[in-house]
Amino acid sequence: MDFPTFLIQCLNAVQYGLLLFLVASGLTLIFGIMGVINLAHGSFYMLGAYLAYGLAPLVERYLGGGFFTTLALGTVLAIAFGYLLEWVFFSYLYEREHLQQVLMTYGLILVFEELRSILVGDEVHGVATPDWLSGSFPLSEVMTYPVYRLFISVVCAIVAIALWAVMTKTRLGMRIRAGATNREMVQALGIPIRFLYRVVFAIGVGLAVLAGLVAAPVSSVYPGMGSQVLIICFVVVVIGGIGSIRGAFVAALLVGLVDTFGKVLFPSLAGMLIYLLMAAMLLWKPEGLFKAG
Amino acid sequence: MTTMAADDAMRTRLPKLLPVLIAFALLAAFPAFGSTFYVDLVGKIMIYAIFAMSLELLVGQTGLVSFGHAAFFGIGAYAVAMVTAKVDAASLWLVVVVAVLASAAYALVVGALSLRTKGVYFIMITLAFAQMAFFVFHDTSFGGGSDGIYLYYKPALTLGSLVLVDFDKGRAMYFGTLACLVATFAFLAVLLRSRYGRALAGIKANEQRMRAAGFATYPYKLGAFVLGAMIASLAGVLFAMKDGVVNPELLVWNQSGAVLLMIILGGLGHLRGAMLGALMFTVLQEVYQSEALFGSFSKHWQLMLGLTIIAFVATMPRGLIGLFGKRAKKEAP
Amino acid sequence: MSDILLVATGVSRHFGGLKAVDDVSVTLTRGELHAVIGTNGAGKSTLVNVLSGEIPITTGAITLLGHDATRWTQPRRSRAGLGRSYQRNTIFPQFTVFENCRLTAQARWPKVWDWWTPTSRCADSREAALRAIERAGLMPVVQRLAGTLSHGQKRQLEIAMCLATDPQVLLLDEPLAGMGAEETERMLALLGDLKDGHAVLLIEHDMDAVFRVADRITVMVNGRVIASDTPAAVRASPAVQLAYLGDEFVA
Repeated sequence: MDFPTFLIQCLNAVQYGLLLFLVASGLTLIFGIMGVINLAHGSFYMLGAYLAYGLAPLVERYLGGGFFTTLALGTVLAIAFGYLLEWVFFSYLYEREHLQQVLMTYGLILVFEELRSILVGDEVHGVATPDWLSGSFPLSEVMTYPVYRLFISVVCAIVAIALWAVMTKTRLGMRIRAGATNREMVQALGIPIRFLYRVVFAIGVGLAVLAGLVAAPVSSVYPGMGSQVLIICFVVVVIGGIGSIRGAFVAALLVGLVDTFGKVLFPSLAGMLIYLLMAAMLLWKPEGLFKAG
Repeated sequence: MTTMAADDAMRTRLPKLLPVLIAFALLAAFPAFGSTFYVDLVGKIMIYAIFAMSLELLVGQTGLVSFGHAAFFGIGAYAVAMVTAKVDAASLWLVVVVAVLASAAYALVVGALSLRTKGVYFIMITLAFAQMAFFVFHDTSFGGGSDGIYLYYKPALTLGSLVLVDFDKGRAMYFGTLACLVATFAFLAVLLRSRYGRALAGIKANEQRMRAAGFATYPYKLGAFVLGAMIASLAGVLFAMKDGVVNPELLVWNQSGAVLLMIILGGLGHLRGAMLGALMFTVLQEVYQSEALFGSFSKHWQLMLGLTIIAFVATMPRGLIGLFGKRAKKEAP
Repeated sequence: MSDILLVATGVSRHFGGLKAVDDVSVTLTRGELHAVIGTNGAGKSTLVNVLSGEIPITTGAITLLGHDATRWTQPRRSRAGLGRSYQRNTIFPQFTVFENCRLTAQARWPKVWDWWTPTSRCADSREAALRAIERAGLMPVVQRLAGTLSHGQKRQLEIAMCLATDPQVLLLDEPLAGMGAEETERMLALLGDLKDGHAVLLIEHDMDAVFRVADRITVMVNGRVIASDTPAAVRASPAVQLAYLGDEFVA
């Protein structure tokens, strides 16, 4: 492999890993704080992608806005949706056993998938890259790299840093982390735990939707994209350690690297490599790389 | 004291066993007065009942929530297709041995790794490993790719060169399936009353306490996992023989979700519940997919299924069995 | 056959920087009830957890019936003759009293490959269970569901489950927890009776009870042993009186 190709694969790996991190961090946050395993988390990613597809023309026609407006509007809608969904559905899941949570969120996936099918249909759609991001970045005399992919990495990195900052530097972040370790104490201190959960859930949904929004031009929009990303996120969370955002970050990049380079180096094994990585992790450290928190 | 325990066991067991025996008798008589469509449907339900009971062993009896059980069902089905040559029917013995050994081997690896974890991790990992199996059949040339494999000849039950049972003829497939259903129920019912089965019940109730008593719990759980996989693969063999075609969709996580749903619908913790759940699920699926009832909306039947799942789990976590008797469950299957 | 059944030497258990158990040595002899007392958080339960094998030891050695059991898993120690009861009930509420004990007894005769014999016909575990139930005084309620027992009966069942495995060493973690006066008397009689044939380690907070049944007392504070002697000597020890500020000891 020559250096430009190697560089391209590295950039791809990082881009993929950072996207995965956005989705996986939501998943691990929701489980770490509220103890809910949410199979429907992949559906939020799908929602984001479909929003990119469906919202863009509406934003253009009625708001005269462009790409960033779609992005911002989509994220805001997602957070509102997450807030409502927690209120109406997920808040009833907290005290239930894992099996019940699994089944109820599985039922939710079916509902989301069919609603999508009814509203938008089952075809695959492309989403246009915004013009000012459509170019290519030269890496060598012959190789170039799409600017949009760099843009994805930048957006995800910014969000990751923002997430880290909120979790470690703000009062909200501290309350969230406290809520994970000691629910009763937080309540006793007068902090409204129900509201906290709603916020955490909304953030989790927002992250996944944003990932879908941003990835849509590159990944296209198709049924089944939700379950695909969910299972990979499970692998990320298992490797990283459930409840740990740091773990999700490291594991997401690791999965990105293994998957990207694996597809290039061992094309016949392509889809299986990350599961082999997970198997290796289970042999070495079944609890995952990092502890919760 | 000894007779008291035995009598007590009999008293709780018989009334619960009777409906099952009656059901088996009805199933045996059904082809005499059922149409081909319904006999076919009941055949499918029986296969799902075997599949569901195999998962019940894991989830309901040992407390291991696996979301990847469809992988073993699929392995069993693919074994039939891959062992059968394009020119002749394979021997049923060979097919069953290959199916069971293949699923046992995969279950050993998956189980050994997954059982190093608990709870939520276990659910996610079993799902991931099932997806890996899906990849093998879907993306590689190993299993014929996304189109699957067409079964040209059903395996036959042979003794040397003598064909004992040709499953293409008459109701042979139906009764063969019924025989497997009865055998599976009997086997599991006896197993669950044995030391091994009781140990599993203890592990489900409080694994730590069992370890404190001196049970090495890991081998017990791994054994249940492998056994459940082997029985699931048997159901897969029957399914392939019945349908005549296998494809990777058999291993998709919707299948794992469906069988998990079956044991919840019927009632977790009982073999009868698993069979009842298989019936209920198939009926629901047929109803929701019925164009006669829902017109063109029937192609979105999964929406109604999803809503039903949510409503059901939220309001009736004990399943249908819970409606029939509030008495505490002892050891009755 | 030696009567010294369990020897713990220099046992320590650290959690990061916290020394939950720090250089504790204990010897358990058949026919003797050895009580471990101490303030809350002194490390008593952690000590039991380390001795039983539930949590790994950091440093030190454990000898069980003459064998070096330091690296043994909990099931292995249990099968070798080490039984324990828990401070919080670990009974199986959905099973009968009989089944609770039969199940734990079964660990001695696992017979994993015997898939056809129903447990109602397994004489070995059945008889062991009945012996344990008899000893614990629970015969009148043998067929009752464990979840319907009174608290005192549940604590007795907790001990019966431990006895059903026919242990030689008993580690009992606060068996008197939450008991009324009459139930306490019954339990104390049982504990005194259990000394016969077993080596007993008893963790307890009830000082009157401890001084009535114990042959030796070890006092722990902040993970360390500050006294280990006969009850009379411990009572008179100034170090112990200082640690307890005279509250719990009525001379």
